[in-house]
Amino acid sequence: MPNVIMPKMGDAMEEGTLLRWLKQVGDEIAVGDPLAEIETDKVSLEIEATESGVLSKTYVDEGATVPIGTPIAAIGEESADTAAAAAAPTEEATPALPAEAPPVAQDAEDVAVEASPVAASGANGRAAAAVPTPAPAPSEAVPAGAATATGSGERLRASPLVKRLAAEHGIDLSSVTGTGPGGRIVRDDIAALLTGAPRVSPVPDQAPAPAQAPVSAPAAAPVSGPSGRPAGVPRELSKIRRTTGRRMAESKAAAPHFYVTSEVDMVPAAALREQINAQAPDDAAKISFNDLIIKAAALALREYPNLNASLENDQLVEHANIDINVAVAIEGGLIAPFVPDADQKGLITIARMSKDLVGRARSGGLTPDEYQGGTFTISNLGMFDVEEFIAIINPPQAAILAIGSIKDVPAVEDGQIVPGKRMNITLSADHRVTDGAEVARYLQSVKRYLENPLTIAFA
Amino acid sequence: MPVMTYREALRSAMADEMERDESVVILGEDIGVYGGTHLVTDGLLDRFGPKRVIDTPIAEGGFTGAAIGMAMMGMRPIVEMMTWNFSFQAVDQIIQNAAKVRYFSAGQAGVPMVIRGPNGGGVQLSAQHTHSLEGFYGHFPGLKVVSPVTPHDAKGMMLTAIREPNPVIFLEAGALYGTKGEVPEGEALVPFGKARIAREGTDVTLVGYGRQVNMLLRVADRLAEDEISAEVIDLRSIRPFDEQTLVESVRKTHRAVVVQEQWRWYSVASEVAAIIQEQAFDDLDAPVERVSGAEAPAPYARNLEIAAFPNEQQVIDAVNRVLYR
Repeated sequence: MPNVIMPKMGDAMEEGTLLRWLKQVGDEIAVGDPLAEIETDKVSLEIEATESGVLSKTYVDEGATVPIGTPIAAIGEESADTAAAAAAPTEEATPALPAEAPPVAQDAEDVAVEASPVAASGANGRAAAAVPTPAPAPSEAVPAGAATATGSGERLRASPLVKRLAAEHGIDLSSVTGTGPGGRIVRDDIAALLTGAPRVSPVPDQAPAPAQAPVSAPAAAPVSGPSGRPAGVPRELSKIRRTTGRRMAESKAAAPHFYVTSEVDMVPAAALREQINAQAPDDAAKISFNDLIIKAAALALREYPNLNASLENDQLVEHANIDINVAVAIEGGLIAPFVPDADQKGLITIARMSKDLVGRARSGGLTPDEYQGGTFTISNLGMFDVEEFIAIINPPQAAILAIGSIKDVPAVEDGQIVPGKRMNITLSADHRVTDGAEVARYLQSVKRYLENPLTIAFA
Repeated sequence: MPVMTYREALRSAMADEMERDESVVILGEDIGVYGGTHLVTDGLLDRFGPKRVIDTPIAEGGFTGAAIGMAMMGMRPIVEMMTWNFSFQAVDQIIQNAAKVRYFSAGQAGVPMVIRGPNGGGVQLSAQHTHSLEGFYGHFPGLKVVSPVTPHDAKGMMLTAIREPNPVIFLEAGALYGTKGEVPEGEALVPFGKARIAREGTDVTLVGYGRQVNMLLRVADRLAEDEISAEVIDLRSIRPFDEQTLVESVRKTHRAVVVQEQWRWYSVASEVAAIIQEQAFDDLDAPVERVSGAEAPAPYARNLEIAAFPNEQQVIDAVNRVLYR
């Protein structure tokens, strides 16, 4: 009976939250069927079945967060044959197998040792990987030791009290879902097994106990603060908030930031943009100022490869490709999908691509390979009427470009005051990688491209 | 049963013992003519005279040493520390002599003395005058350390302390001198090494001593509104320690939160947590939680002082963690 595990969807992923089951226990499953919606620290996505059969058990409640590799469901065959299902390689081979299959009880411990570690999943979002699970041992004969190992060979987490009670009552803890931190099995999780209620059995055709809603914390009652003022209502930080916070703190702690600001005349860029957009066949082909900036920043990076680099463990890696991340504000945090090879793409291609990435970033539909990576980041708050701002470097990158609003200002040309458009751009750079002079020259290059936008269009 | 304040309960115990046993004397700063900075000894000079109620110079090391000598010669001195913070001036006498003379002399000499005074904070006395020293004194073999919270126990444990053949560190709840409670008349001695179950419960064990116990009882009331039944244990006696009551309670509730005003590192709560895991490991459903004072010298500003000491919400949060709520 193959298990479905919480997949690893990127290098930084350590745990995932099961948002919603898309199939119920007892449902027929075909390969490719969406089983569940999960949320990583960056995105939410669907897990697809890589086995067909019947969803025989779910181990994780909706809303629960479990480490990667944790079994979250089991897919079995319709009938109640147990151990043979996992062992049968193909349908054709089944007739010969039953005689050779080892006795079930003996199987339990063997498989626990042999079970391969969690199969790695591809980065394409097809996540479900199967690991063999130990066949359920007869419940009367559970040795105390068996209660402390899961099918995947990992140590099973249970409170000391639970382990003692399991030994005393002959409860097989590998079939119990823990609701404590890190999946720890706590007494409430086995309470039903202690009061003489029917024992939860891992046999596929048996209806599972009704999913237990996570016990919610008592509503935060307004309490008095230290000086008699009402205390605030505490709220858990969202996952993405925590990830953003951790990464930014790491960046600020490790990278000595410095900042250089430059003012760009945007009159020519505005004119070119108007010209291109007037001819656009559809809205998706219309370019934004940000698209122009992506291209300009990318072209300038060709001249300053030192800034198109990553610093990790005292090693600076200059990237051959120029992949520009665009910071996107999403509900509860930030995500920065990237436009690959932005220096080589046409403006309209960049425009279509960034619209698509930003749209899917907001709807939670990005895949990890669209936001993990990138070589240089642009953060643009121009739409919010800001003069200028400084951004924190997106580690392990070397620099980040912060874009302010384009302001209508009086400008002086040939001694005459004329209407002008000006935009401030600020580069935050890692002083371990570069110095002020190089950054200033890079900004001059960006400025030159933007102020002569035909060089962008034809680059 | 008569109702009296914590202060009156202490005074009553000392006066009773002074009546009963003429070897009992009191020494300290401003305890006689002035009646004591906290008025604990008020009236005793008039009643027992200057030979038994002795005003001392401001020299804790000197008068504590003198009292140790008296005790070795068969008297039963009670030394008042105006606050326990000043005992740092007398630590050498207390640790090197009081705690060790019985050992050094192979039992030929003992030190039957009581050192008493207000311990802990909560009344804006700032960093140098705010210490909870139960963990510090509880560390040394040869000393007995108690910390009563009710007037009942203040009197009963003071009676026991004065009759105890070894030095007793009597840590009074300085913020509670004016609190009232029922105190039995006569010789209602409260033994050392016996904790008090201040409230019975089944879901979680809250452990404290001194003025934290009153907070734990308020917390237990709030938890009861959420249908959580908390058992509150008042340790009372820091050394000797009642392991049995503690362990029996945790075996029943499977969860413990230990609360103290003192700093967490190397503290009473650390010892309590260790005892629980040594003796009730297989009964624990969650790690033991400790709620302690902020790791900083005590602030003077009232708002900061309140923030630096454990509060009800912190305890409730810890309870929710051990209950996985």
